[in-house]
Amino acid sequence: MQSFLNIFDIYLLEAVINGILLGGVLALLALGLNLIFGVIDVTWICYAELVMIGMYGMYYLVQVFHLPYWAAAPLVILLVALLGAALHFLVIAPLLTAPPINQLLATGGVLFILQSFATVAFGIDFRNLGIRLPVLALGEMNFSYARLLSFGAALAGMIGVYLFLTRTFTGTAIRAIAQDRQIMPLMGVDPKRIYLVTSAIGGGLAGLAACLLVLQYDVHPFVGLSFGPITFLICVLGGLGNFIGGFIAAFVFAEIISLGGLFSDLEWGYVLAFAFFIVMMFIRPAGLLSRRS
Amino acid sequence: MNRQTAGWIIALLALVALPFVHRDPYHLHVLVLILIWSFAYTSWSIMGRFGLVSLGHGGFMGIGAYVTALLWNHLGVSPWIGIPLGMATAGVLALIVAYPCFRFRITGHYFVLVTLALSGIVLQVITATRDYTGGSLGYTPQRAPSGKGLLALQFDDKTTWYLIALAVWVAGLVIWRAIDRSMIRHAMEAISEDEDAAAAAGVNVTAEKLKITLISALMTALAGALYCQYQMFISPDTVSGIAVSLQMVFAAIVGGVYVALGPTVGAVITIVLAEVLRISFGTKAVGWDNLVYGVLLVLFIIFLPKGILGSVIDRIKSSRKPSRGHEQQTVPIARR
Repeated sequence: MQSFLNIFDIYLLEAVINGILLGGVLALLALGLNLIFGVIDVTWICYAELVMIGMYGMYYLVQVFHLPYWAAAPLVILLVALLGAALHFLVIAPLLTAPPINQLLATGGVLFILQSFATVAFGIDFRNLGIRLPVLALGEMNFSYARLLSFGAALAGMIGVYLFLTRTFTGTAIRAIAQDRQIMPLMGVDPKRIYLVTSAIGGGLAGLAACLLVLQYDVHPFVGLSFGPITFLICVLGGLGNFIGGFIAAFVFAEIISLGGLFSDLEWGYVLAFAFFIVMMFIRPAGLLSRRS
Repeated sequence: MNRQTAGWIIALLALVALPFVHRDPYHLHVLVLILIWSFAYTSWSIMGRFGLVSLGHGGFMGIGAYVTALLWNHLGVSPWIGIPLGMATAGVLALIVAYPCFRFRITGHYFVLVTLALSGIVLQVITATRDYTGGSLGYTPQRAPSGKGLLALQFDDKTTWYLIALAVWVAGLVIWRAIDRSMIRHAMEAISEDEDAAAAAGVNVTAEKLKITLISALMTALAGALYCQYQMFISPDTVSGIAVSLQMVFAAIVGGVYVALGPTVGAVITIVLAEVLRISFGTKAVGWDNLVYGVLLVLFIIFLPKGILGSVIDRIKSSRKPSRGHEQQTVPIARR
């Protein structure tokens, strides 16, 4: 009995730590979406599809053009950042004054476009980078370096965005426009430019996430559907546009998925996480950190 | 009987007579699919037209289909009982999720995302219980022994299916019309304009929204069950999940959600487009239909938010009466 408990605890600890590592990447995804929502007041339903395109970008640069990983990553981040800016310019900008539901559905259309573009252009095969990072054995627990690296890079990315938002003029302008849309143009800030920059940063974060996720998962045109919904739920759970709430919610979700997966199939981890989300919506509709009025 | 009613009746008779005149099984197959999906899209639009945009309808459809098929395969319960049970399950789930949503004023983005979680849950549960549901590989209702086709609601004959689908589709339009002429519509329009003002004017906001959600969920589950009985194969990807939910939203919006036949027009356009692409390009067409849908959806929302049929009807109306007195009431999903 004693030995059974010991083994169990090791697995539990491993699941908890893996949950934290997963949480880092989810937090990064949620940050990009939250930034867009907080500043432009738009939900990009197609956010995970931008990540998917980025993952294909990594695949082609590394596998087909034989660039080293560290050289391909900045190119992909740049590419997805441009995609984000293009998305804003082509789809969101004409709809800025339309009802929010229309903007949300238009990005739903973009989701279709990106998914089927990937199907047409890249086929439906599963592809991976072919880079296999070693596994770190710590006592009896195993952690993949891919996850550790993702966690570290995700944290670095988030700190970078934080510094940008707090230490630069453009970042300050972005935070200001998130607070009051009407007054900022009078203060000499061009909202169009700020929106475009914000979209590019959001896209860049998606690109960074793509570089990290491609280390752990195979890429296929529908890969976005496997982590897209969870990203939205995290943002809503944390309170849309609330960066810190999103950060905490990401780890809560990752732990639920990881621990749920420990006791049963991974799908039940997701079921638990979704159910937890619906219950939380009723307890705290405006997000984890909100105060009830 | 005025001319318009007569026109409707003649059109309906022509539709009923069609399979007896034109017996091409492939054409009938496409028509049955169009009718079933039209019914599903109509069900979505019944709440979608009031700005209650749900991405959970894929979940309701999946429940209708899977409950019916599971009861038949595992317990031998006839779909005649299974379909109402499936609809009831979907209805209960809709109420469980929708009541707190409406009670706590979860609207707009938040409502969309809560319903998104709902269809995510249904999809994951179906995949996770793969011992019973076949998981993502799909599921086939058992063939009934010959002579028991009626009991099992399985017909080899396309004409029978065509008539069933036609009847259900017409029923959907009748429900639409009944709602269109009832107090619910006025209440819901007031709510979609301004919830607080509607509540102040004596509208029971939560109850009205629940009614419309329940009707919509029940109808969607029926569509799922019918689809399952007709195709004799269901998989999480074809009847459940987020992709199906988005497909409903897309088709309804392209056709137009404010007119009764709008979702039908959406279904005709999407299904015919998919079939034409499939026939002319074969397997190379995989993905192209969705690419075209996506581009259309974005263009429609930007330039033609009332949908094809809605815009055409508006054009006809405004050319008939230049005085814009009877402008059709629309709610935020379409207004720019």
